[in-house]
Amino acid sequence: MRNAFADELTKLGNEDPRVVMLSGDIGNRLFDKFRAAHESRFLNCGVAEQNMMGVAAGMAMSGLRPIAYTITPFITSRCFEQIRVDVCYQEAPVIIVAVGAGMSYAGLGPTHHSCEDIAILRSLPNMKVVCPADAWEVRAAMRAALKQDNPVYIRMGKKGEPVVHAGIPADFAIGKAITVEEGVDVCLLSTGNMLPEVMHTAKLLRDQGITARVVSFHTVKPLDEACLAEAFSRFKLVATIEEHSLIGGLGAAVSEWLIDGEVKISKFLRFGTPDAFFRLSGEQEYAREQLGLGAEHMAQKIKAALA
Amino acid sequence: MNVQAAKANLDVKSLEDAARRLRGKVIEMSHAAGSAHLGSSLSCCDIVAAAYWHVLHIDPKQPKDELRDRFILSKGHAATTIYSALAFRSFYPESLLETYTKDGGKLAEHPPANSLPGVEAATGSLGHGLPIGNGMALAGRIKGQKYRVYALMSDGECNEGSVWEAAMFAAAQNLENLCVIIDYNKWQATARSNETLALAPLREKWEAFGWDAVEVDGHDIGAVAALMANVPNGSGKPVAIVAHTVKGKGVSFMEDDNNWHYRAPTAEEVVISHKELGLA
Ligand SMILES: Cc1ncc(C[n+]2csc(CCOP(=O)(O)OP(=O)(O)O)c2C)c(N)n1
Ligand SMILES: [Mg+2]
Repeated sequence: MRNAFADELTKLGNEDPRVVMLSGDIGNRLFDKFRAAHESRFLNCGVAEQNMMGVAAGMAMSGLRPIAYTITPFITSRCFEQIRVDVCYQEAPVIIVAVGAGMSYAGLGPTHHSCEDIAILRSLPNMKVVCPADAWEVRAAMRAALKQDNPVYIRMGKKGEPVVHAGIPADFAIGKAITVEEGVDVCLLSTGNMLPEVMHTAKLLRDQGITARVVSFHTVKPLDEACLAEAFSRFKLVATIEEHSLIGGLGAAVSEWLIDGEVKISKFLRFGTPDAFFRLSGEQEYAREQLGLGAEHMAQKIKAALA
Repeated sequence: MNVQAAKANLDVKSLEDAARRLRGKVIEMSHAAGSAHLGSSLSCCDIVAAAYWHVLHIDPKQPKDELRDRFILSKGHAATTIYSALAFRSFYPESLLETYTKDGGKLAEHPPANSLPGVEAATGSLGHGLPIGNGMALAGRIKGQKYRVYALMSDGECNEGSVWEAAMFAAAQNLENLCVIIDYNKWQATARSNETLALAPLREKWEAFGWDAVEVDGHDIGAVAALMANVPNGSGKPVAIVAHTVKGKGVSFMEDDNNWHYRAPTAEEVVISHKELGLA
């Protein structure tokens, strides 16, 4: 996702003179092309995320379209007050791009994990929360974000994840989920970098005669209510899947929507990380298994819920 | 303080040996795990060796002794340095180092909270160590305990506003038992530190913030040890040691080459490095 981001950024920089790139001293050489083309519109803001977010707000308030970028916890929780007041309250159209969603950087330890960012960002008025599923959705999300006049948060994984789409999804829109696979027994609403794992889960289920509708539910705020209403009316089991805490993430957002609405609740499962820091070393795949986010485990639980 | 005279009373040779051993080990660990930040670890091996082999009053058998000196690796991305130092100083068996980054282990790429003897604070998000150090130093004062608190920071880390909030706080509180060491290697993750933010003049900044600040060659291990040991130093102020260092220090082809912020060495490069360090 990271390389697609840098590549799309260069294109957007060529097309739109308002685009400015702010990086928090990460992404060695990643932005070389953008810098070569637009030296004055690239700023390495250093290891100073609060200032970077304030700078982004100021630029956005002055007619530019800044993209502020660094590792997920540092571009969200570290500068949360700046996001709340300078960006959201003042409706400054800053695009916040995070790298390392969820357990992408499992090996770096809990300081670099991020299973709270969806929860805190979606609590902010005026903020849109977009979690692209693959490199193509990253490109689409950036283009869509640039068309907004409000803040957008884009939550990326790392680099080298499998791609799901064949190109930029033509019908991509913020707040509109994408069905990537049809099925009749269960509806799997996946957000962000979990989609390849969820496709795997669907395959394991198919092998056992259960077919799943798989949805890339890339926007957690605003929710695609039409998609949800349809899913809950048609399927006897709906599940949300995210590499994020069960507190405050997509599953929580959907639960809130269910309780607030008039919808008949079908059976509902939420897959996410527990209310605990993940303290073991090891990479993302291992972490997912330990956290109950591995395809095998999810397929088993879904099958049991349908029984 | 007369640093030269203080150095004369120090076994500099054994400190240098310890630093060399640390360097050899962090290179091995980075290779085995394919992990980043090797240049950052090599940059501070002399400072860490001075701390753990000379300065700190610590007892590996009682890692939680209330009266121990505290050492916070605020630049947590140099975790391999402190993991190795604690193993070599017998806080845990050296074999534990082999579990670094392995599935289900305790040694992730940044120091963990409350699970590894001798690790005083979970770090990895830059700019947290000094505020925590302030709290520990104040706790000592409030409880009438005379332990000292050391925080090792990096120069890029000094970009963070929290560092300067903490600096002003420590000076206001006259935390003379607190010492910060800055591993001033002139590089941060993606650029020269002085081309990123206006860090220089760094010693003068700490002085202006109310600290007793000195500059030293951060690879003159005797001088570093003497300065660190001399805390509190009678000035009544917290002590800042601005240590001029070289990122990747000790291996010719890693020195001052910031590719080693991200790169891990090949098996062959490990052999060459060990040879250069005189460990082969
Ligand atoms: C709050 C925060 N932002 C960003 C990072 C990512 N990061 C890790 S090391 C580093 C900079 C390294 O430069 P420096 O602080 O000078 O340490 P050195 O490696 O030179 O010792 C950055 C930006 C981080 N760990 N914490
Ligand atoms: Mg540095």
